Amino acid sequence: MRAFTRGLLGIAGFLVLWELLGRSPLIPAEALPPPSVVFGELVTQLTSPDFISHVVATVLALLIAIVIAVVIAVPSGLVLGSIPAVRHATRAVIEFLRPIPSVALIPLALVMLGFGPETKITLAVYAALWPILFNTIYALDELDSLLVDTARVFGTGRIGVLFLVALPSALPFVLTGIRLAATTALVVMVSVELMAGSQIGIGYFIMEARSGPGRMDQVLVGTVVAGAIGVLLNNGLERVRRRWVAW
Amino acid sequence: MSNMLEVADLGHTYGDHEAIGGLSFTVRAGELVCVVGPSGCGKSTLLRTISGLVAPSRGDVSLHGSHLAVVFQDYSRSLFPWLTVQGNVEFPLRSLPRAERRKRAAEALEWVGLAGAARKRPWQLSGGMQQRVAIARALAYRPALLLMDEPFASVDAQTRFELEDLLLRVRREHDTTVLVVTHDIDESVYLGDRILVLSGSPARLVADLEVPLPAERNQVTTRTDEVFVELRSKVARLLNVGKPAAMDVEKWAAAERESLSETVSS
Amino acid sequence: MGGLVSKFLQRWTVFAGLVVVWQLLGWFADDPFFPPPSKILTAAYEWWVVEPSNFTEHIVPSVTRLLSGWAIACVIGVSLGLLLGRSERAMEYAGPLLVFLRSIPPPALVPVFLLLFKAGTSMQLATIVFGVVWPVLLNSVDGARSVDVTKVDTSAVFQIPRWQWVLGVVLPAASPKIFAGLRVSLSLSLVLMVISELVGTDNGIGSQLMQAQREFDYTRMWAGIVLLGVLGYGLNTALLAVERRALAWQPRSRDEQHA
Ligand SMILES: Nc1ncnc2c1ncn2[C@@H]1O[C@H](COP(=O)(O)OP(=O)(O)OP(=O)(O)O)[C@@H](O)[C@H]1O
Ligand SMILES: [Mg+2]
Repeated sequence: MRAFTRGLLGIAGFLVLWELLGRSPLIPAEALPPPSVVFGELVTQLTSPDFISHVVATVLALLIAIVIAVVIAVPSGLVLGSIPAVRHATRAVIEFLRPIPSVALIPLALVMLGFGPETKITLAVYAALWPILFNTIYALDELDSLLVDTARVFGTGRIGVLFLVALPSALPFVLTGIRLAATTALVVMVSVELMAGSQIGIGYFIMEARSGPGRMDQVLVGTVVAGAIGVLLNNGLERVRRRWVAW
Repeated sequence: MSNMLEVADLGHTYGDHEAIGGLSFTVRAGELVCVVGPSGCGKSTLLRTISGLVAPSRGDVSLHGSHLAVVFQDYSRSLFPWLTVQGNVEFPLRSLPRAERRKRAAEALEWVGLAGAARKRPWQLSGGMQQRVAIARALAYRPALLLMDEPFASVDAQTRFELEDLLLRVRREHDTTVLVVTHDIDESVYLGDRILVLSGSPARLVADLEVPLPAERNQVTTRTDEVFVELRSKVARLLNVGKPAAMDVEKWAAAERESLSETVSS
Repeated sequence: MGGLVSKFLQRWTVFAGLVVVWQLLGWFADDPFFPPPSKILTAAYEWWVVEPSNFTEHIVPSVTRLLSGWAIACVIGVSLGLLLGRSERAMEYAGPLLVFLRSIPPPALVPVFLLLFKAGTSMQLATIVFGVVWPVLLNSVDGARSVDVTKVDTSAVFQIPRWQWVLGVVLPAASPKIFAGLRVSLSLSLVLMVISELVGTDNGIGSQLMQAQREFDYTRMWAGIVLLGVLGYGLNTALLAVERRALAWQPRSRDEQHA
């Protein structure tokens, strides 16, 4: 409870600082509207169905992207992590693909997939793949060989070991990977929406607010909401990990 | 002889658990004093209050000298893995000029017989060697008082004998004042000029015994000496060894169960 | 020697195979979206080698901004992280705020930075720094917390000076965690470098990519993508080499695990 109060105080201090900066003559008022203005606008926006549909669009696309990334990355990670030959053979390919930033693919995805949600989902999937894939492989590396041997002694086959031993003990790492991937996917999603890769979403809302009427208060409303989604995702997935993976 | 350390009515309470309940004793300069007491009675807490790592709830500690050194029981963690053995010994000497630092470190490593290992990393050494590095570091610091918390508890018997003799030799040659905490009765008699026997929680002083053995000690002859044997059984009687109180039996059983369940679960 | 050769083959056969397949497919299918590797390489050659001004005016400034942004973020992240990590109280105040700030997608702040700093290098640096400081900061906090009690006590007993406590104990104890953060933020800086160049500027790799898109020049687009991949790979390899040297003191050598 004390820690909670201190955390609130920390955030309050930040808001006061921002308010002072926003009202000071050092910074042009239109560049950094103070929180009092931004939160007023936030309340207005939260009651506007238009804004809500932007938020829903981003969250929905984000969830779809995360699910697709999990469906691709976890099985691939299990294969790569448990069959060394496959891993060695694909290593160079993976090491080359991984550092390609997903935003570098924006132009390509735009011309190939157009301006619909496919583009942002595809790019978010690409960005979210890597943390999940690597955490899964890493988890299998860390797998206690004693556990595997025990299972083998009891006559469990290779596939059995994979599903009965490897997957459960890898689960905590995989969930951590998913949590990291979710944050990354959110960043990519909003970036793509911002770069005109979409006609709906928080990023699109921000871009419109900036380029049209130059409403910085609305830009910051979008930013705050995006940050809040990030916090919720992060905490939610952390809670899932703690709840389901008690060991 | 002058007093090096005076402890007056020292008491410490963690929350509502009284760990030390009013201890008073002195350590004279050049003396080697052993503190024995049952496990969990508050020996480490005593050392932590003397060394200033925790402020005691009541009472006074006065040290007549500028600084003290501690050799921790957990030697592997008290050494810094990113420093070489020599770097570890030089660790407390950073304020000295480089040449002086080098000289003192080399000297201390020589005393503990590790001159050849100066360039190694601590984790490349055996447990006994690591503990000798920790001792060398404390000696290089030239403390007015050297505190040791169960320094030889986690090394094998052979190494333990060697380290005990090393401590006796070094402190004779350099006239260091030492306070050693141990739960090993034999060790306390073998090492000490005096023995402080503590009671179970909260720790109180049960006895302050002089050890009437000659300054030169020997692992074989001293341990069979009549004085040694007699003093050992006296300390054992004071500590109630052999006829544990009902309370202790229960505690022991609980601890045993706990450690069993730990091994099973891990 | 034979082992080395077979390892090399194992590693690169599939890679080379994929490139060859792509090349063949590119010849036969002639899909404009997927030009064959030979064309991509030719485009890269013509773009950056035949016209070295493209190299000095776009690639060099991009990489410079990436590295300076990353370096600034490292300095801020490590120093602030060590400070916060050693104070339970400070972390209680700052913790929730950090969680929130970290969750803000940095591109969402690009418009704010654009107005605050005007378009140009300082706005791009601000974007990169804000985007990549969090992994370094949070890992440094974690690392600073991980100094074990015995080492804290040892340092207290020997009354070492403050600078030695920070530089000689906390920093090295935290360094494995810090390096993990540095690696994450280095690959993030590449992402943010591109993002910061997509708007309000006409120099840099990112803006060249956008330009290629506008001109429907897919081959150049691919050349840019490949360049970014190579860049990321090179930076990561360099950092790993530094890390291996800096953490050579660690008891369990990483070299064996990576081999
Ligand atoms: N930081 C702490 N907070 C609360 N209680 C503590 C703390 N440290 C020690 N205690 C309690 O104080 C008592 C004395 O602990 P201490 O470590 O001083 O015993 P000890 O004599 O050194 O034991 P051992 O022989 O096992 O090392 C114990 O009951 C312990 O549980
Ligand atoms: Mg103890």
